[in-house]
Amino acid sequence: MFLQQMINGLMLGSAYSLIAIGYTLIFGVLSLLHFAHGEVFMMGAFFGLYLVLLFKVNVYVALFGSMVITAILGILVERVAVRPISKEFHLAPLLSTVGVTIILQDAATKIFGGEQVGFPETIKIVNYPIGNVTVTSVQMLILATSLFLMLVLHLFVNRTRLGTAMRAAAESGRTASLLGVNINGVVILTFGVASALAGAAGVLVGLAFNAISPFMGVEMALKSFAIMLLGGLGNITGAMVGGLILGIVEVLSVAYLASSYRDAFAFGVMVMILIFRPSGLFGAKLHGD
Amino acid sequence: MSTSMRMLSLFIAVTVVFGAYYLIANLFFRTDAYIESILIFAAINIIVSLSFYLPFSAGLLSLAQAGFMGVGAYMSASITTLWKFHFTVGPLDLTFFIALLAGGILAAIVGVLTAFPALRIRGVYLLLMTLAISEIIRVFFLNFEYTGGASGLGGIPPLTTIWNVYVALVLVVLFFVRVTKSRMGRAFESMKEDQDAAEVMGVDLTRHKVVAFAIGAFLAGISGGLYAHYALYIDSTNFGVFRSIEILIFTLLGGYEIYAGPIYGGFYLTFLPEWLRIIQDWRIIIFGGLLIVMMILRPAGLISKEMMSLRYWRSTLANLWKPRVEA
Repeated sequence: MFLQQMINGLMLGSAYSLIAIGYTLIFGVLSLLHFAHGEVFMMGAFFGLYLVLLFKVNVYVALFGSMVITAILGILVERVAVRPISKEFHLAPLLSTVGVTIILQDAATKIFGGEQVGFPETIKIVNYPIGNVTVTSVQMLILATSLFLMLVLHLFVNRTRLGTAMRAAAESGRTASLLGVNINGVVILTFGVASALAGAAGVLVGLAFNAISPFMGVEMALKSFAIMLLGGLGNITGAMVGGLILGIVEVLSVAYLASSYRDAFAFGVMVMILIFRPSGLFGAKLHGD
Repeated sequence: MSTSMRMLSLFIAVTVVFGAYYLIANLFFRTDAYIESILIFAAINIIVSLSFYLPFSAGLLSLAQAGFMGVGAYMSASITTLWKFHFTVGPLDLTFFIALLAGGILAAIVGVLTAFPALRIRGVYLLLMTLAISEIIRVFFLNFEYTGGASGLGGIPPLTTIWNVYVALVLVVLFFVRVTKSRMGRAFESMKEDQDAAEVMGVDLTRHKVVAFAIGAFLAGISGGLYAHYALYIDSTNFGVFRSIEILIFTLLGGYEIYAGPIYGGFYLTFLPEWLRIIQDWRIIIFGGLLIVMMILRPAGLISKEMMSLRYWRSTLANLWKPRVEA
């Protein structure tokens, strides 16, 4: 029973990780809480769903297609609501992404309807009993895909020139720009990568819970804030591990404690981290005002 | 002064005059239930926006105002609805007053409890912490069966009228007029500019931060009580993240430099969705778009500090039609 819960938590957590990594990437480069990122995730779920419904593609194609579309959406958001805004007042970009949140949520309600919808059964659900725990094929897909994406991201950030530029920009945008890094390019790239990850997470969560609605983004955004803090603001590895931790904690709290307090856990974790260790479990440079 | 600035000033002047006329006309001469309800919500929104503005004017960003509002709403509604409390002095019925006060005080206590962990952190950390605390309060009410839990608390007596809500608003505004010129107001201002410099100059940061949070939470609690006794039904979703963000939008679009900003923002942004009703389906999207455009064009909000002087308006109106002389 306990092991089964751990596995369920791991699945949930790996999807959390994907979104939180996007948040932390953007925060690292721009010191911006990208409020609309949860909405990008929600749109990703719908894009994947409609690719399956309209074009009858298989799940992998839908996943990839959704990542491409959300990447474009993310870059568009950056162009319209982040870049034109001067950074003098630190709340201005935050508030404009709140504007994007409002627009995307309402647009999704208009286009896709306000009802909760689920994925049609596109992959055959097979149960694999391992010892006394059962892993379904959907869970395997989710875990494998998210681990694969995280691995690719890790290699990209640490082993390529573009990844190095991204890390340099996160360290200090000014210095990086003096050393010849094209900051605008890096920002666009960051938004693209982060949004693609959110899109993938959207499809995966849609598959796992069979419940896609225009309002799923906000809750996810708040949880991602908690994960980001847990791992340390701007720390990518921290976001990966933090997501897994929160997933497991949530599932265990539902199994062994009161289920209706599940959502409070993320926020309790947030407050605790802020009181005792604001740099997160895995360390990060502290951001001033 | 640039042409666009002059146009903006003119726009603000016209809207303020129009708003004042509208308010007075509806207070004294007309009683249209629909307009009255919007006016009441406008006043409640202004009070809660001011409750956000007070700690913000000391450099403390609090997204927990929705949670504090919830505390005030549930507390005052418990007094009048669950406990059926009545208190009269002679012909005066003070039940509502005491209920509001109790809601405000409990919210202030929660605000002080929030302030202590918030003392050490700033910037984005403070924003996230207050957001988390607000959500914890919401989840608490969602699960607190005594006040209705998930099904909410209904049957609240309709004690909020347009008169007591505007009396409360006037008192709150008078408080702000006073506090801005007081020693405390100046301390807040210096804290906002530069916390460390303020501390060096002898401002007791701990005391002022706790006081700012407490008064802010108190005002939010009062507005929650007023809200509960007008909506007559409250549940935990009324006091979620979106309420906090709404409050943030009211203040920042109106202008965060001076208390007139949240008043302007709270009033007109309550009316705006009603006026946008003509375009029904698109009003939410237009609202979101407006937010982005405002942040690009005028991130400091519509009302700026210089607009608070009579001289500004005299020179603006005098120069309104003069062609600009290029230097």
